[in-house]
Amino acid sequence: MKSAKSNKPSGKSRRVKPMTIESLIDTPSELTDASNSKTAIVLMTRVRLARNLASMPFPGWARPAQREESYDICRDAVSSVPAMKNNLSVSVTELSELQKQILVERHLISRELSGAKAGSGVVISQNQSISVMINEEDHLRLQVLRAGFQLKKVWNTINDLDTALEDHLDYAYSPTQGYLTACPTNLGTGMRASAMMHLPALVIAGQMEKVVRAVNQLGMVVRGLFGEGSDASGSIFQISNQTTLGEAETEIIKRLDSVLRTIIEHETNARQRLIENDAGKLFDKIGRAFGILQNSHLLNSAEAMNLLSLIRMGIDLNIFDEKERPRVDRLFIEAQPGHLQHAQKGEYEAGQRDLIRAGRLRSEFANFSQPDFSNAGNN
Amino acid sequence: MANSLKCDLCPKPATVHLTQIVNNKVHKVDLCEECAQAKGVTDPSGFSLADLLLKASLNPEQSDVGVRCEQCGYTQNDFKKYGRFGCPHCYETFTSSIHGMLESMHKGVTHTGKVPRRALARKNLHERLSQLEKDLNEAIKTERYEDAARCRDEISQVKQTIGQEPSR
Repeated sequence: MKSAKSNKPSGKSRRVKPMTIESLIDTPSELTDASNSKTAIVLMTRVRLARNLASMPFPGWARPAQREESYDICRDAVSSVPAMKNNLSVSVTELSELQKQILVERHLISRELSGAKAGSGVVISQNQSISVMINEEDHLRLQVLRAGFQLKKVWNTINDLDTALEDHLDYAYSPTQGYLTACPTNLGTGMRASAMMHLPALVIAGQMEKVVRAVNQLGMVVRGLFGEGSDASGSIFQISNQTTLGEAETEIIKRLDSVLRTIIEHETNARQRLIENDAGKLFDKIGRAFGILQNSHLLNSAEAMNLLSLIRMGIDLNIFDEKERPRVDRLFIEAQPGHLQHAQKGEYEAGQRDLIRAGRLRSEFANFSQPDFSNAGNN
Repeated sequence: MANSLKCDLCPKPATVHLTQIVNNKVHKVDLCEECAQAKGVTDPSGFSLADLLLKASLNPEQSDVGVRCEQCGYTQNDFKKYGRFGCPHCYETFTSSIHGMLESMHKGVTHTGKVPRRALARKNLHERLSQLEKDLNEAIKTERYEDAARCRDEISQVKQTIGQEPSR
């Protein structure tokens, strides 16, 4: 099952170069540096595919030696495809808790992988738009993410990656049930396509619950920023397909695409209504957020996200200069606990973090463009 | 539903009744207060009904009780405990008990999406090769030399095709 094409020696003899989190953070990435006016409401699009080896037990049931074996097979195969040239490949045992947290905050690994046993790891592409988790719930979890609303492009990229891997791996596949996955909820296509959406106006207008219900009825799921069970601080939501069997990938994507377009329309309308009917209240929220970010000395993660969310909407509405967008989107990531502690080169208690976070944001917002409310909403 | 008063996840009485319509199919879940809380049903940021349906469908009156997967040793009880399968072969082993679950969980029960064509073609070639090698031995044993020659020619053809594959 091992690749004959791979010219690197396979198995444990191969020393994987340890990933430096520094290089990963300092390299411009899709999530932190690709934002522009087109990424206004949909921050990022993501597709993941669950795949398994035909001849091995699923990771959760495999013995340690089997886990190691499937890890080696998968890692060598993934590292050998052209799309993963110059990748960063690392096993969970080589990562510190803080490093894992940073990868979670960048959406490059899941919380589940960060808690996984030995014989698990991740391979991340150079621009951090592709990551392949090995031995999470399934042998392989391929993921492609891009800034903005690019569902079809992301699907094409991941489809090509998956096809390239077929040359090296025998997938567990049944003609009637499709790709076989550890959990039957992923059976069939093994695909979860999602968009991370910034919906502050729907939240302010109290319409989010209605949207969640409508989206659920269409067979799609709404989750918080970090997936299942996480809260939606910063008014950021993940919308994804719920079912994976009985419908082709392209049909699922088409359906999700139309749901997302409808939500974008609702959010745009809600913003317009806020400006028309309640401009004073909206401007007050944005202005206060700006004041707090410039002057506060204690900010917890959730509050910081909510304030940044208001500033971000301010950019969408032409209240702040468009050139500030990448900075705000980067702060969404860098104000989180893992990134914050890494920047300070140490581990800090939550209370100390709030102090550090506020300091970081104060210095960023000291040289931020001034708000101009006279032109709000006119693009 | 007269007996739907019990929680789908524990023996307590159900007080939260959820109905979701997915693709014109009605899915119902009944939960007690605690399970509803624990599952985040009351959380406006959303929850996964599929996950609930999965656990609720693992009721005891199923046909594969006592069956053990010959490949990995997984049992129906393990599945009830973990909600995951042990290996790809489990889908065959427990096929009769998962049909209803898949039906309630997904849009359909048959895969209509991507087919790993390259991998399947490779698998077919390898299967063809081992069949031909068997035939060749059989032909030699029974002194059918014309058949043996034909097998040998085809074997070299298949081997050539495999060699032209991008890998292996």
